[in-house]
Amino acid sequence: MDRVIYTAGGGAARTLEHQAVVSNNLANVSTQGFQAQLAQFRAVPIQGPGLPTRVGAVATTPGIDASQGPLQVTGRALDVAVSRGGWLAVQTPQGEAYTRQGGLLVDVDGLLKIPSGHPVLADNGQPIEVPANARLTIGADGTISVLGAGDPPQGMGELGRLKLVAPDPRQLARGADGLMRMAGAAGRPAPVLPPDPTLQVVSGTLEGSNVNAMQAMVELINNGRRFEMQMQAVQSADRNAERANQLLSAQG
Amino acid sequence: MIRSLWIAKTGLEAQQTKMDVVTNNLANASTNGFKRSRVVFEDLLYQTIRQPGAQDGTGNQLPTGLQVGSGVRVAATERIHMQGPPQQTGGTFDLAITGEGFFAVELPDGTTAYTRDGSFDTNQNGELVMSNGYPVQPGIVVPDNALTITVARDGTVSVTQPGAPGESVQIGEIQLATFINPAGLQSLGENLYIETDASGPPNLLGPGIDGAGLLMQGWVEMSNVNVAEELVEMIQTQRAYELNSKAVSTSDQMLARLTQL
Repeated sequence: MDRVIYTAGGGAARTLEHQAVVSNNLANVSTQGFQAQLAQFRAVPIQGPGLPTRVGAVATTPGIDASQGPLQVTGRALDVAVSRGGWLAVQTPQGEAYTRQGGLLVDVDGLLKIPSGHPVLADNGQPIEVPANARLTIGADGTISVLGAGDPPQGMGELGRLKLVAPDPRQLARGADGLMRMAGAAGRPAPVLPPDPTLQVVSGTLEGSNVNAMQAMVELINNGRRFEMQMQAVQSADRNAERANQLLSAQG
Repeated sequence: MIRSLWIAKTGLEAQQTKMDVVTNNLANASTNGFKRSRVVFEDLLYQTIRQPGAQDGTGNQLPTGLQVGSGVRVAATERIHMQGPPQQTGGTFDLAITGEGFFAVELPDGTTAYTRDGSFDTNQNGELVMSNGYPVQPGIVVPDNALTITVARDGTVSVTQPGAPGESVQIGEIQLATFINPAGLQSLGENLYIETDASGPPNLLGPGIDGAGLLMQGWVEMSNVNVAEELVEMIQTQRAYELNSKAVSTSDQMLARLTQL
């Protein structure tokens, strides 16, 4: 039987994978600090007996769209958005990770955390501890100023500076938890980036999801139609085989 | 069957929850002492279908893998404890807190709950109670012959009584509870919150001490819901819902096409 049915079937299966990635982007169209996943196909020539006429496809997610999402003004003192595509560093059991979810919280132990519960790191690589009932202000350079409970306004102290990093987006790998880590060599802990002093934060602002709804919708439609085309190819292979079967049965 | 159907379903669910939260905020746009909630979304686990660096069968390594996320979920509904605008009422027992802190009230089962709603009254025994009847902690009993009642900025409650017009007698002191993480308080409804492990234990302080706010007699704190902001959220939620439903219908069409083979 003609092998075209496998090439076309494979293409349809890859389209479904592509569709899953686009749907995930659309589902996260309002997740704060979400970075859209890029999805691509790659040609894989199939080598074997006979002429090398067939080229299969492989769906891949080569990385993230690192562009900045829209800034939403919230007015909350602990909401921060990092400028110029910078990232906040957080501590996770799997090493240092990077995120743009800037809705910071103080937990019961006084640690400054992101909403998913990972402590935020200061530029010395340590988590940030906040005194009880203190009022925090985050400056444009990421410096956290603290006014202790009951202190006069001139008694402002400094708690440290948020660790802001500017990684090359091509080297970021998304973990299963959705946080980004530097891609390291296999079996070695992910490399830790140095803080970038030129990055700035905007407090009272959150970065929204950078999913481009228009582009995702077009991809969605494109996938639907491409799938139909693959189905046509499968059907045409089916008709060819049917015709061949008729010829064979006429001889018998 | 098709991943994208389930992924789009998580998007529909999350936007539905957001709509519920936004409408609850809007419904409480004029509830005294109400604090708006905000939905925090989180992307779900990522599945690595093809590992980057794996062999592709012809001796080559794949330069990039295939990772598919499984959608979105509502990680939390977070209460935003920002100050609501104070409104002057002139009521003797109307108290607004300007700053951090909560009034403590006793529930019928003896536990303590916390509130920002300072529209108090007295009950038949002269006790200072919330508008839904829960007595303020520590208890304050107003004598029935009191002529004027004054609540000072620092929480001291004093009255003048007949026979001694110029002499004010202190009958108690209102205390405020502060929490290290007020967003971790659990809402009970009726404008009440209770402490949880996430909020930490309450610190009982006199108003104005160590970050606790001062009191304003004759004012109540209004809801901190910003109606314009909620309406924008609502529009955005509706459109995001539509986008996800479009992903469902496209995936459904693909599935339908598959069954026509």
